[in-house]
This record gives sequence, structure tokens and C-alpha cells, in this order.
Amino acid sequence: MIELEGLTKHYGDVRAVDHLTFTVRPGIITGFLGPNGAGKSTTMRMMLDLDHPTSGTVRIDGRHYRELHDPLRTVGALLDAKAMHGGRSAYHHLLCLAQSNGIPAGRVREALDTVGLSSVARKRTKGFSLGMGQRLGIAGALLGDPQILMFDEPVNGLDPEGIHWIRNLMKGLAAQGRTVFVSSHLMSEMALTADHLVVIGQGRLLADTSMADFIAENSRSFVRMRSPDHERLREVLRGAGIDFAPGAEGALEVAGEDAAHLGELAARHQLVLHELSPQSASLEEAFMRLTAGSVEYHAHENHRPAAAAPAPAADGQWGAGWRKKGS
Amino acid sequence: MTTPQQPPAPPQNAPQTPPHAAPAGPAPVAPPHPGAQPAAGHPGQAQGYWPGQAPAGGPAGYVSPIPIRRATLLDAVASEWTKIRSVRSTMWTLGIMVLLVLGIGFLAATLVAGQDGDTGNSSPLALGFFGVLLGIICVVTLGVLTISSEYGTGMIRTTLTACPDRGRVLAAKSLVFFLLTFVITLVSTGMIAMVDSTLLNGMTSYSPDADAWLRATVGVSLYVATLGLLGLAVGALLRHSAGAITVMLGVVLLPMVLSLFMMGDALSDVRKALIEYSIPMQLSAFYATEADHMTGPTGWTPLWIMLGVAAVALAGAYASMTKRDA
Repeated sequence: MIELEGLTKHYGDVRAVDHLTFTVRPGIITGFLGPNGAGKSTTMRMMLDLDHPTSGTVRIDGRHYRELHDPLRTVGALLDAKAMHGGRSAYHHLLCLAQSNGIPAGRVREALDTVGLSSVARKRTKGFSLGMGQRLGIAGALLGDPQILMFDEPVNGLDPEGIHWIRNLMKGLAAQGRTVFVSSHLMSEMALTADHLVVIGQGRLLADTSMADFIAENSRSFVRMRSPDHERLREVLRGAGIDFAPGAEGALEVAGEDAAHLGELAARHQLVLHELSPQSASLEEAFMRLTAGSVEYHAHENHRPAAAAPAPAADGQWGAGWRKKGS
Repeated sequence: MTTPQQPPAPPQNAPQTPPHAAPAGPAPVAPPHPGAQPAAGHPGQAQGYWPGQAPAGGPAGYVSPIPIRRATLLDAVASEWTKIRSVRSTMWTLGIMVLLVLGIGFLAATLVAGQDGDTGNSSPLALGFFGVLLGIICVVTLGVLTISSEYGTGMIRTTLTACPDRGRVLAAKSLVFFLLTFVITLVSTGMIAMVDSTLLNGMTSYSPDADAWLRATVGVSLYVATLGLLGLAVGALLRHSAGAITVMLGVVLLPMVLSLFMMGDALSDVRKALIEYSIPMQLSAFYATEADHMTGPTGWTPLWIMLGVAAVALAGAYASMTKRDA
């Protein structure tokens, strides 16, 4: 169980993390989602007492991280794949971690086996690929067999087989009753793994909801219909007692009806259709809508809908965003 | 009869799910369990979870089969020992240091022994000085790298996650580095002192007493290792290998260099102090005899001065590690 209360971090006058309050519970995978620069890594570093909050607290099973005597036994964390000395072998990297927490040296071999790095245990980590670095970082997190696991962007650099592996690993860990907290900037990835969702943007909490609720709210599906005889289409639908909403460019959006049924209806009335397409708003779109106002590093696309970027003026001129780096 | 229908029962020694285990699904709901309250939080038992409902189970949803014992400073020391012996820079810096001390000390002694005649009343042990003077650079480099390489590579975040007590990390690093360099320096200075005094036997009227031997071996080694600690502290303060090594080279060399350009009577006191308290001069004091008429600190005084400086720098390093974000 991790409890955040009013967690805030300022870098100068930039708020990287702004009054975050939420709880990460055991037995489930909690996804921590936000666009790049939203403050995810800063938040995780503060959870591990690497960075000092400007205000607010983090409690891990009721205690501050610094009060843990052998923290690897309580919290295992993967922060970034390269948080290791390149000149040291994978085995020695894990051994020095194990020793610092009084963990039996035999656990090093087990952890290497678990992540599939046994064959390169004696190789220096300088030559590791990003994916191998991630696996070694995960081995370090698993070393102490902790109740709480934190992974910062664990799928970065992993191949499809590795992504599949980490998903199952996290699900297995949560099923054992552990607390699993995993950050990502990919909604699609979270939809496959997380049970609970915490979304932040520009350091602020945007959503704290179960994945099921998020999907139910955001995965609206409908059928888009378009006809050259626009008015007749409306009449036919009204006549059949079907609700519709006007869509873009003269199209009609019909929710709760089967596309096949609508097509047959139009055929019975000898109505020409130019479009009859089932649509579903993806979770990715829902995520982008949610965070649109708080995306830190916009690509400068001129055709971006005005609503998606409501307040670039607040950041001042181009380039002001660079000072926010470091989150 | 604990939990018969527990989902993926972890083996005692490998509690993780094997890499290619079938998906466990999002937290399967444990069937009703007679005699067990849902809130009891069974070890290893899956917690049911529904939207809007806090999952049952206290903070300890999972209990590891690995025995827990409280980590101490000794564990941190063991960890730092593994770290320092598992990187190549340790072998390189200390290896070159040993080569310099032994090689230059031997060369100086053979040159002097090759000359005919008397070397007066100077100490034969003093010929070890030149090698140690150059060897200092290696020790200081290792001292800096011991901590700055962790900042450079990002390892420090892993280290501090494993041991959030900054004081313990710094103490363990200092202890391991100090003992290692002290022992290596002691062995090499001891060897060269014996070689030099054997080669020059009978050529000098001065016969070093026990204190002279002690200063030229233990004293020099303590001084060099303490100077290395100063490097470690500077490395922790600057968090940048090249920068910290440069600063330390400046500390060793600049006072002497500056004094060369201080002309005039007005600066004579400053010049004198710069020379007397410069690190090469302080180091030479460990080899000096009464006949050398040293004007600055003599005997063991340079060691106390260096210990004081290193202690202040380490206190600063501790404060910096505690205050600043890693």
C-alpha cells in the first residue's frame, strides 16, 4: 500500500508535481498514466525518497521510505534501465544490492533466472541492450521478494516477447497479493495490464478510477451513416424509432444499433448510403482527450483541433517549456 | 490447510511467476473461504477487486518466504566492497600506484647506490617519496571515482533506493575505500622502504629509528588514504568525475605552482605558507629527519591536518547528499 498526500514538487517556479493525492492498493496492478513530462518519474523518485517533495508526504505501509531498514524487502523499483555502472557485471550489480539489504546471495541467481539473463550474468552491463538493461533492472526490483513493486515505463525497449513476459509477470505478482504500480505513457498498454488507473497531466491528478469504469465511460461505440438524401435518412430513422445524433460533415451517429440492421433498414426504404461504418472511440483517444489540456510538449501541428490545446499562451513563447525538463 | 485454491502458488525459493506463465488474469477472486475473514490478508492469496471497492487485505498482502533480518552498516560495507572490487578502475588506479611507488623507489635507490661515496646523513627511506608523490594522483582519482562514477552512471539512484540512509552509504564507501588504499599503500611503501634501506646500507651515517620507519610506512599510507577520502568527499560534492579530479589535482599542485610566482617581500609570508602547507611538502615531512630542518609542520602533524580537512569535507558531502535530490 502506497499513500500519497498532497505531494508537490517545484523546480524553481515550475510545478512538476502538484498536490497529488491517491492510494496504490495491494492485489491489483495500478497503472500510472500521463504524457511525457507529466511528472510520473518525479513522483516515483519522491516515493523512493530520491527527490525531496516541496510539500506533501508519501507513506509506504504507513512509513516514510527512509524509515525502512531493508527497503528492498519492502519495495522493489525499476526506475530506469541504465541506473547501473556499465563496468560492473550483471551478477555483481545484483550481488552488491543483495548484500546491502542482507538478502541471501542465492537470490541473485534466482532473480537472473527469472528475467532470463543467466547466460550473460558475468558480462559487463555496458554492452547490454535497452531491453536487457530493463530486465536487469526488473531483476533488481524482484531481488528482495518485496510486497510492493514499482516499474517506471517497463516496456520501453523490450521486444514483443519481452512485453508479453512483463505483462504476465506483473499480473502474477499482483495475483500473489502484491502492490504493483506501473507507469506508462501508452493507454493501450495500460488497458491490457492495469486494473486501476491513475492519470496525471502537468503534475495534477486527472483521474483515479478503475480500468473497468474508465473503459465503460470512454469506449463509446456507434454506427456512422451518411446518405446523399440526408433528410430522408433522418425520417427513416425517426420512423423506425431509432435515436441518432448529428455527426461531422452531415453524417449521423447511431448508438446501440447493429450496422447490419441499419443497412437492411435503408435497403427496405431504397435509400442510397454513402457510408455505413461501425465506430468506437479508442481508449487512446479518451486518454488524449483527458490530457489534452496538459500535454507539455506539443508537436507544432497546425491542423490540431483548437480544443486540444487550449492554453499554450500560458507557457509564454515557444521554448518556455524547456525549463520544465527534469520531470 | 491454508489456501487450497490459491492461484499460482509460489515455490518457496522462487516466489516470482515463471517468465512464461499463463496470464493470471486480473486478480482472480478467491472463493469464499470458511473461517477466514476477507480482511485477514492471507499470504499469497489473491485479493478480489471490484471497481469502487477497496480490495480487502491489510498492508501485508504478500509475505515473502525469505527470512528478513535488519540490514546494518556491515551489510553496506559488504556491498561497497563488492562494488569496488568489481570495476576495473580500482585495479587500474591501485595497480599503477603500486608500480609507481615500487618502480620509482627502486630506480632512485639504484641510481644513488650506483654513485660512489657517502650520501651524508639523509634517510635512505626518503627515496620512497618520489614514487608516492606520483602515486597520490592514482589514489585521489580512485577516491573521486568511488562516488562520482555512481552519479555519472545513475547507479546512485539504485544505491540510495537500496539504502536510503545517506550517512550509511557515505560511511560504508569511505570505510571500504580508506581501508583498501591504506593496506595497498602500506604494503608498497613497506616493501620499498625495506628495499631502499637494504640497497643503501652502509652508505649513510643516518640509521632510521622505529619512529622514522613508522612515519615512512604507516604514516605515509594513512596520509595518502586520507587524501583519497578528501577526493571521495569532493566527488560526492561535485558529482562529476572529471570536475572533481581536476579540483583535486589543483589542491595537490596549485599551492606550489602559485608560490613560484609570488615575488616581493609583501607576499613572502604567503609564499612560505603555501610551500610549507602544500601537499607534496607535507608528504615529504613523513620522510624528513632532524637534519633536514623542516620549517613547516613536522612529525605526524600533517596527518592530523589532513584528517581534519577530510572530516570537514565529508561532513559537507553528507549534508549535500541529504539535502540535494539524487
